[in-house]
Amino acid sequence: MTDQPKTTEPALAGGTPGKSGLSPRKRQRISRAVQYVVLVAVAVFLAMRIEWGKLGENFTKLDVAEKTLPDLFTVALKNTIIYSVGGFVFAFLLGLVLALMRLSSVRPYRWIAVAYIEIFRGLPALLIFLLILFLPLAITGLEIPGGTYGQGILGLTIVGSAYMAETLRAGLQAVPKGQMEAARSLGMSYTRAMVSIVIPQAVRIVIPPTTNQFVSLLKDSSLVLFLGVSGDYVELTKFGNDTASTYANATPILVVGVTYLLVTIPLGYLASRLERRQARGR
Amino acid sequence: MTVSPTSPTISEEAPANHAVEIRDLHKSFGKLEVLRGIDFAVDPGQVVCVIGPSGSGKSTLLRCVNLLEEPTSGKVVVHGVELTDRDVDIDAARRSVGMVFQQFNLFPHMTVLQNVMISQRRVLGRRKAEAERIARENLEKVGIGEKCDAFPAQLSGGQQQRVAIARALAMSPALMLFDEPTSALDPELVGDVLTVMRKLAEEGMTMLVVTHEMAFARDVADRVVFMDGGVIVEDGTPEQVIGAPQHERTKTFLRRVLDPTHADI
Repeated sequence: MTDQPKTTEPALAGGTPGKSGLSPRKRQRISRAVQYVVLVAVAVFLAMRIEWGKLGENFTKLDVAEKTLPDLFTVALKNTIIYSVGGFVFAFLLGLVLALMRLSSVRPYRWIAVAYIEIFRGLPALLIFLLILFLPLAITGLEIPGGTYGQGILGLTIVGSAYMAETLRAGLQAVPKGQMEAARSLGMSYTRAMVSIVIPQAVRIVIPPTTNQFVSLLKDSSLVLFLGVSGDYVELTKFGNDTASTYANATPILVVGVTYLLVTIPLGYLASRLERRQARGR
Repeated sequence: MTVSPTSPTISEEAPANHAVEIRDLHKSFGKLEVLRGIDFAVDPGQVVCVIGPSGSGKSTLLRCVNLLEEPTSGKVVVHGVELTDRDVDIDAARRSVGMVFQQFNLFPHMTVLQNVMISQRRVLGRRKAEAERIARENLEKVGIGEKCDAFPAQLSGGQQQRVAIARALAMSPALMLFDEPTSALDPELVGDVLTVMRKLAEEGMTMLVVTHEMAFARDVADRVVFMDGGVIVEDGTPEQVIGAPQHERTKTFLRRVLDPTHADI
């Protein structure tokens, strides 16, 4: 690139023009202009190269999109929400137990919590789902309660709880030590002080990050696909995949994508709003 | 109140008469020895102010009295119960000891009224109506009666500290510990808190106060204890300790604190 601004020259004091005769501000303006030209060039190139008709044919066929209704919402979205809300609730509870164990003065508790967190944070979510699929084969008599829902929720619980434990631990540690001391000095037991004073404050602190974790669990719920679900148990991704196969057309994939965004984008905004509100409140 | 100041030495007989009795108390944090052998007692109804330079161990001593700090060795007896005994139910023992902290430590997720009610309800098992009545009485007493439904963050530091005092009083303690209760306050808010503490002292509450407020110590305390380097250097009436200090360390400290050009120390 020959038109790149020359930044290798030694900076001159007082903003006097360099050897090229350009002030830094002028050079920045030229660089900006070059970037715009490149952007427009890429856009024009793509617009000419892509076969828009074919793309539209594959991804935006209205009649196929229509066929996804009403099941898109009444079955697929409903199931996505059942899996992810269920997974979230159990992950939160298990995460809280793990966080308390991690901070416990009982050493074996700490070991168990650390081992669990390190293992399940380090494994891909998909592997955990495959594990759930194969575990009943390995252990005779093991049956995960709740059928397909149970399996999906269990998978998401395992995936989410390890992260949730670390978030909640940070939240518990962010509650000032004086809170526990004040509670104890009023005669509360350690457990009572935790339940009434420390945990409620920790939960408030972790609401913004856990909202983001819920979004991530919602996306991970697509992995339920690998549990071999069918019929009334399909969630959005599986539903999109199946419908796309049925009509040999990719439109349902796009429709499902938009449906995810309908949920995830508002949640993302909610999380950042909560975060800002908390930053103000402190 | 006609409590005659006790001598610094503790009489060996009749130990049960003391509200607080501390014997040969040591406390170390790792290699740092903060308390190096404290012997000390407070009689019922007495107001004792502990003064001394920062790092002298006075806050640690106070925190050992309700076992927020576990002593390394020594004995802490409060109202005849030896807290340092491992078999003692520490939660039960703490009910009769109120504590007020420098940083107030109100529960920020609860209203003022809830702050004063929570331990009455959860620890003493008082019924809601009774807990609320007692909470309102004590808030009225500290002059915060009209702020019952506010959250701590909506109050000034002085108001928060008075709520903290009400919260401790609602447990009907026989002893109140104050850990530099006015040190985190803006100067113009100190007076309100001291007024409440003065009123408490007049009512006969047993009080152990770690403070930098020399005027309060002089006017209200029955006894003043000067600590430095983890030991009690001087112990006597305010007239003795503040008015006519015997030890060089006490004199140096008082000179620094009372000299208006060093008023911020």
